[in-house]
Amino acid sequence: MNYDRILIRYGEISTKGRNRTKFVEKLKRSAKRALTEFPNIIIETTRDRMYILLNGENGEGIIEKLKILPGIQSFSPVIKTSLELEEVKEAALQLFLNKYQVGDTFKISTRRANKEYPLDTGQLNYALGSHILQNVPDLKVDVKNPTIDVQVEVRTEAVYLSIETIMGAGGMPIGSSGKAMLMLSGGIDSPVAGYMAMKRGVEIEAVHFFSPPFTSERSKQKVVELAEKLSLLNGGYFTLHIVPFTAIQQLIQKQIPENYTMTATRRMMLRITDEIRRKFEGLAIVTGESLGQVASQTLESMLAINDVTSTPILRPLITMDKSEIIDIAKRIDTHHISIQPYEDCCTVFVPAAPKTKPKLEKVQYYESFVDFEQLIQEAVDKVETIQIKPDTHIKGQVFGELF
Amino acid sequence: MIGKKKGFSDMIYFDNSATTKPYPEVVDSFVKVSNDFFGNPSSIHRLGVEAESLLAQARKQMSELLQVNPSEVYFTSGGTESNNLAIKGTALMYRNRGKHIITSAVEHASVREAYQQLKELGFRITVIPVDAEGRVSVTEIEDAICHDTILVSIMHVNNEVGTIQPIEEIGNMIKGYSKILFHVDFVQGIGKVALNIQKHHIDLCSISAHKFHGLKGTGVLVVREGVQISPLFSGGNQEWKLRSGTENVAGAVSMAKALRLTLQRYETKLRQISEIQGYLLKELKLLEDVVIHTPNSGRAPHIINFSVKGFRGEVFVHALEEKGLIVSTTSACSSKKKAVSHTILAMNVSKDVAESAIRLSLSYENTLEEANKAISIIKTTVTELREVMH
Repeated sequence: MNYDRILIRYGEISTKGRNRTKFVEKLKRSAKRALTEFPNIIIETTRDRMYILLNGENGEGIIEKLKILPGIQSFSPVIKTSLELEEVKEAALQLFLNKYQVGDTFKISTRRANKEYPLDTGQLNYALGSHILQNVPDLKVDVKNPTIDVQVEVRTEAVYLSIETIMGAGGMPIGSSGKAMLMLSGGIDSPVAGYMAMKRGVEIEAVHFFSPPFTSERSKQKVVELAEKLSLLNGGYFTLHIVPFTAIQQLIQKQIPENYTMTATRRMMLRITDEIRRKFEGLAIVTGESLGQVASQTLESMLAINDVTSTPILRPLITMDKSEIIDIAKRIDTHHISIQPYEDCCTVFVPAAPKTKPKLEKVQYYESFVDFEQLIQEAVDKVETIQIKPDTHIKGQVFGELF
Repeated sequence: MIGKKKGFSDMIYFDNSATTKPYPEVVDSFVKVSNDFFGNPSSIHRLGVEAESLLAQARKQMSELLQVNPSEVYFTSGGTESNNLAIKGTALMYRNRGKHIITSAVEHASVREAYQQLKELGFRITVIPVDAEGRVSVTEIEDAICHDTILVSIMHVNNEVGTIQPIEEIGNMIKGYSKILFHVDFVQGIGKVALNIQKHHIDLCSISAHKFHGLKGTGVLVVREGVQISPLFSGGNQEWKLRSGTENVAGAVSMAKALRLTLQRYETKLRQISEIQGYLLKELKLLEDVVIHTPNSGRAPHIINFSVKGFRGEVFVHALEEKGLIVSTTSACSSKKKAVSHTILAMNVSKDVAESAIRLSLSYENTLEEANKAISIIKTTVTELREVMH
């Protein structure tokens, strides 16, 4: 017998008193989006639990998607049976045999929410346990540290059985905290920052700076691939804004002293991102900055760069070490894309000795000789907005019939 | 220009374990990719990006069909290279950890000969014998494990008689030995007998496209996440440094298509091919002096191996070919060398009988009518040859 539904336990939603219904609705919506390739599923929500009825769809595929969906504490594939004891026994045995390997030990953990049920917890544990023992030779019970824990939940309408609890990503459902713009470079950090913000319920759109011919089509494709990975976490869609940045970068190179070009470049990027945020009604900007990692991420640099806006800038990685960031990048499957060695807008014009402690007054002074305003407006007007789906970079080309 | 061979359309091709005829759609893909996307995937211009993107999609499709991750799919030139890379790559990587390797007595030449070479380099090879059905015993493999064993390599479906090896049990057993890698030669099984690479704890798995209506010169080695082996080719570090050499994009794309089409047929035509096999076995058993080498159970649905006592296999093959039935003696790789089937000898069959062995191997394109005809051709040929030889 195979499980026919997945029971989902909410993450921090459960602590949110008045907004609970809204959060549950958001989770249901983002689960629906994440699972569009399984059209036959039915999602049911209750106050404490969400159930995905498989209706013949591939359970393993759904489990993979649920593992990374924000707002889920944990989940379990379950079988639903009637209250009939014989049926429960048989289901428990079949479920057990699905996972059993020689040498395994087991226990039964019954929870009896239905207090009317004729057998109490101990009697149920005994009835189900002895049924399994009778059918599996040489099997031993181990109540402290079993290899297989058969969980039985007796409710008024039915009995639910499961043998595994899979940890979810935690956090809050996407969209429950409003929208922010992620500055997505193509490196290791920014996708991780985006993911961390998404986990706290932020709806993310990404802004990428593209400077042809200094940066290649390939570096843009790399960002599209990263956005695809984020789209999977986001429930199958993601918005990417690509900013034509060549003219501004060239002007900076021409007009700003070399050791201040980096600072000025970051200030321009932030100004443009803020304009895009305003246009698309975001509430904050997310960056992958980690304190002291590079010249632009010292406190002095942040002070000089942050000066261009009063919009909240969220820096989820600010206190994290590179190795911690890499671990998360691997988990969300962006690391191998990020390490492809293509120039991006941040690496192409790196001065030999960028200021690690730039002075705000100096960069303001240097910029005061140039009129960036018009170029910024032009860049914002010419932004290319792409809707990313999990396989955009492949579908962008007409390869269909070749496969 | 080579003209169409006489009688090509009437020919019954029952040698699909040697190679299959590529599907027309597969050849079309190869031609189209070769013409329109000839760029080198490593080039940084647009043509390169397109080629790389195609390669990525081929890898993705292969990974989905094989139920592994895209980063676990390494393109190679076929089964022989995949087997060599898996075996020698493991040996090179872990030669300081251990020099003991376990394999079976019925492996394909590309595995057998790789071990021969390693033996000369100081590795110890334990060859596990097989029973009368050509199957290894999991206990015997486990008993052979030493403190310095680094690799166990067992094929999935035997290419000569069709026996399915107990891969799941072996995988579960090896799971308990963290220092031993498990390689499976999946070349004959793919598309015919399901194999779950992840679930059965397989670390390295070889496949070859021309066995499932793809093109020669294309294959895959699946290398499970976290498993490291040494490359055999030095060069431009393609395929995450494991397999240097400009990628065969057209080959990879056409292989992905061939596997998709084959697995579709697996869904719809498995019953048909099993019925044909059952029919052939039933009819062959009725003949006088016939020994069936293909096991009664635990066999792949597409291979039938038998001997008619007293006839040399080679003579029989040529006699059948004259009547339009294409079959083979042993595996294609050995049949030209007049070698007797390794597998059948390992199954403790006498040399005389082994020398008469004939293999019929089917694909999803074969029909029951063809099998009918084949049986009548075999019957007539047996009668005729008997007259000549007595």
